[in-house]
Amino acid sequence: MSLTYAYTSQKPPLPESVESLRQRIPGWGADLDPADRPNFPQETTNARPAGADWDLPDRQPVRGYRERSIEHADITPVFGTAQPLKGISGSIRKLAYERFSEARTAHWLLLIAGDRVDVLLSTVGSFASTRPDNPWAQTGIRAEFTHHGIGSRLGKSRTDTVHHLMDPFIVFGPWILGAELTRRTVRRLARRP
Amino acid sequence: MKAMVYRGPYRVRVEEKPQPGIEHPNDAIIRVELAAICGSDLHLYHGMMPDTRVGHTFGHEFIGVVDEVGSSVQRLQVGDRVMVPFNVYCGSCFFCARGLYSNCHNVNPNATAVGGIYGYSHTTGGYDGGQAEYVRVPFADVGPSKIPEWLDDEDALMCTDALATGYFGAQLGDISEGDVVVVFGAGPVGLFAAKSAWLMGAGRVIVIDHLDFRLDKARTFAHAETYNFTQYDDIVVHMKQITDHLGADVAIDAVGAEADGNLLMHITSAKLKLQGGSPIALNWAIDSVRKGGTISVMGAYGPLFSAVKFGDALNKGLTLRMNQCPAKRQWPRLFEHIRNGYLKPSDIVTHRIPLADIAEGYHIMSAKLDGCIKPIIVPDAA
Repeated sequence: MSLTYAYTSQKPPLPESVESLRQRIPGWGADLDPADRPNFPQETTNARPAGADWDLPDRQPVRGYRERSIEHADITPVFGTAQPLKGISGSIRKLAYERFSEARTAHWLLLIAGDRVDVLLSTVGSFASTRPDNPWAQTGIRAEFTHHGIGSRLGKSRTDTVHHLMDPFIVFGPWILGAELTRRTVRRLARRP
Repeated sequence: MKAMVYRGPYRVRVEEKPQPGIEHPNDAIIRVELAAICGSDLHLYHGMMPDTRVGHTFGHEFIGVVDEVGSSVQRLQVGDRVMVPFNVYCGSCFFCARGLYSNCHNVNPNATAVGGIYGYSHTTGGYDGGQAEYVRVPFADVGPSKIPEWLDDEDALMCTDALATGYFGAQLGDISEGDVVVVFGAGPVGLFAAKSAWLMGAGRVIVIDHLDFRLDKARTFAHAETYNFTQYDDIVVHMKQITDHLGADVAIDAVGAEADGNLLMHITSAKLKLQGGSPIALNWAIDSVRKGGTISVMGAYGPLFSAVKFGDALNKGLTLRMNQCPAKRQWPRLFEHIRNGYLKPSDIVTHRIPLADIAEGYHIMSAKLDGCIKPIIVPDAA
């Protein structure tokens, strides 16, 4: 067996010549010069964007409590106001932000815990609203029947179908568990004298 | 207004929400005409991104019409049609002044490790996104641009993230003439990265995925050589075999947190959330590239740790380059390439979905049904 290019100082030849590539690929080499690419260099003082006619932006009014990373000196001049902290999940998230930096695993695990509590309580709360959660509609599972659910998977060499089988348990598992807990609670209450 | 809202992992619906208002003098309110579902939206949809709150509206890829402007806005007027980069950025902080728009320090109080992104949880600032009829856009004088008359709407939409990120990923690979470039992932970013690699003079572009319909697209759209990793016992060995046992010069990870290829890695990250992301594609990139080569990471990962093979990267003397893309910095050159016919970004759009059917849209994208590569959302008010 002969040694390959891997053991010489030569760069292996390309399967196709540059001339052929230039003819076959539209725009081949249009950005050949690395120094003439938009992000060269990535950090530069020549790319300050137009329109920012301020040194420090005006400050967005802070209404109520606004959480921030303790790695920040202050609340940033502008911030999102999409879903303010509230309830038990809000308390968990507040603890994550006020007690732990982004460097601490506890920060992120608390935020994930807050997310799960938020989902649980919002789901339970939805049944006291005019629009209860509907996992059938919200998972978009209908698309399995309208967009070739079986045909997209059957006979294909895709590897994600293995864990697709887990998804129904992830989505519907908590619902089944919740329903069973509710059933047991109701039965226990009903047995009380 | 009608907006997509998150209700929990794998569950979204359309709700009536209050229309966003001006909260800062340089805000604008945009009436969304087109939005897209990004592969990285699936990390939110699957409950992987910390601090994703119930009620959050996703969507960081959108174009639309200016509906209202704040008192200090000078470069936009009501009625202007604009494309909005996925980054929220001030344009003046230490990082923006150095071209690092995606690392803006003035827009995200929730974290210092990431800038602001529309519709991408409170970890990126708590901004509702564009999968809605209206969206608040801060720093309207800095981020949005009027859509050029000649530019197709769907092409403009692709410039807001997917195309810009793929092109940026190829740049971070520091591609030289004749380089062998391997791209992991044939989703939108991977397809655009592969296509961009040729523009930078690559001598060979290889794309790896497990979805044949996406690999078909990589061959026809990006002129790439493709391999389905499920067909090989060990894709890294195969990569070595087809590169004279040296490895590729450049590897681009265009997969990120939900990579398939190793069930244990996938389950511990995507299902059990014990890692910030499944690092399979990144580890394959590290092992497939030659010693002294460059890895460009464009796939999105969460803030928790991931089991990355860092020792191999060290011992091979690799250069690892990564960032969220400063999208608008890419636009002038991308416009040139689109005008010259080198790029036709909307060619990857496979599905056009009404906002009312957003739950089905997410399921189609998540489960990769019906040959889905890039779904776009058409709000009812558009």
